[in-house]
Amino acid sequence: MYNLIGAGLIVIGAGIGLGQIGGKAMEGIARQPEAAGKIQTAMLIIGALLEGLAFGALILGK
Amino acid sequence: MMIAQKSIQFLVGIFVFLASFTYAGEHKTEGQGAHEEGGKHEVHAAGPVDTKEEIDAYIKHHLQDAHDFTFFTDGETGKHYGFSLPIILWDNEAGLQVFSSSKFHHGEAVAESNGNFYKYYHGKIYKTDAEGTINYDEDHHVQNYRPLDFSVTKNVLGTVLAFLIVFLLFRSLAKSYAKSSVPSGLKGGLEELVIFVRDEIAIPNIGKEKHRKFMGYLLTVFFLILVLNLLGLTPLGFNVTGNIAVTMCLALFTFFITQFKGNKDYWKHIFWMPGAPVPMKIILAPIEVLGMFTKPFSLMVRLFANMTAGHSVLMALIALTILLKSQFTAVGSTGISVVLSLFIFLIELLVAYLQAFVFTMLSSLFIGVAVQDHHHDDHH
Repeated sequence: MYNLIGAGLIVIGAGIGLGQIGGKAMEGIARQPEAAGKIQTAMLIIGALLEGLAFGALILGK
Repeated sequence: MMIAQKSIQFLVGIFVFLASFTYAGEHKTEGQGAHEEGGKHEVHAAGPVDTKEEIDAYIKHHLQDAHDFTFFTDGETGKHYGFSLPIILWDNEAGLQVFSSSKFHHGEAVAESNGNFYKYYHGKIYKTDAEGTINYDEDHHVQNYRPLDFSVTKNVLGTVLAFLIVFLLFRSLAKSYAKSSVPSGLKGGLEELVIFVRDEIAIPNIGKEKHRKFMGYLLTVFFLILVLNLLGLTPLGFNVTGNIAVTMCLALFTFFITQFKGNKDYWKHIFWMPGAPVPMKIILAPIEVLGMFTKPFSLMVRLFANMTAGHSVLMALIALTILLKSQFTAVGSTGISVVLSLFIFLIELLVAYLQAFVFTMLSSLFIGVAVQDHHHDDHH
């Protein structure tokens, strides 16, 4: 029961984080379209790190 | 040239040998499932898969490694279509035992090999007596002796297949450079990917001077993961990168390369962070040491969890055909399932590539941190 609540919290947190990353990256690309490639790469790295954290918590908490 | 030719013949030979060795058991399994209506072997129980529990069990079964290779099972007759794989056991008393997994009849029979009896029970192989008795202790743990299992399982077969695919593709690319420096067709695409790994992943993270030493590892890991991920999307049903042992092994490679190639600066940043006040240095050291291990751990978990999640979502959407049949008729439920699973399948194609990219990218990031020279040590 508690681990399900924990899993939900993790997913909410990861969702907020991914939304922030994606949104800010979009803003950055809109301001400087010529830097799109660099921003995308950085976005993917941060996204992957965050995802790893979220998956790690999900698996350890299961 | 000759050596390459020979080695390829050798590899193909091994592969054909394994396949032919295992193919023999195919027809023996006919009708076996039908005898087992007690549900002891939940996945291959008689009758089509149509309840929620059976679907859950089926998905769970797919996500795990298997000792035989089943394409599909005819629910009516209980016949399994597929082939069996070699079982290789090291038994402390009886030594090496090699036999075909068809002897287990998909877990329903006790296999006999040179007077020793083995039983397949919940995905593991135990040594038993002729009747296949499994002894338990009070906590329902199996007491039987477990021989060391070196079997060629489905995942091993998938890895060998991926290895062969990568090897053949890149050998043809390498050979084409002898004729002209511009590869044609599919090879051009491969070259593009190699250059992508070099220019977008290795050089920005490791640096122009030092990246060459690590290109071998990064390219290998990139293409192995990519091919394994894509193999997982074929109807063959491999789930190799969705096996935590496989991803752990890959992550361990990155871990050891990072530690052994790490220079003085790297270790200094871990144990005695330059530029920080002394109490902070003492606090930072254990955190950094922990970080050494959490980085490969997150590499391992990310790939494993992504592929497992992708496979289960895809299978759950395919299972909608069965679950929604009563509400939407067979045609309607199949339509819904096809549209949804096609959508997820396209996303999974992207994920297959993205996870290979992310794994390689983070590996090169970690390696880069360990090998880079710091020209600005004083102001950290």
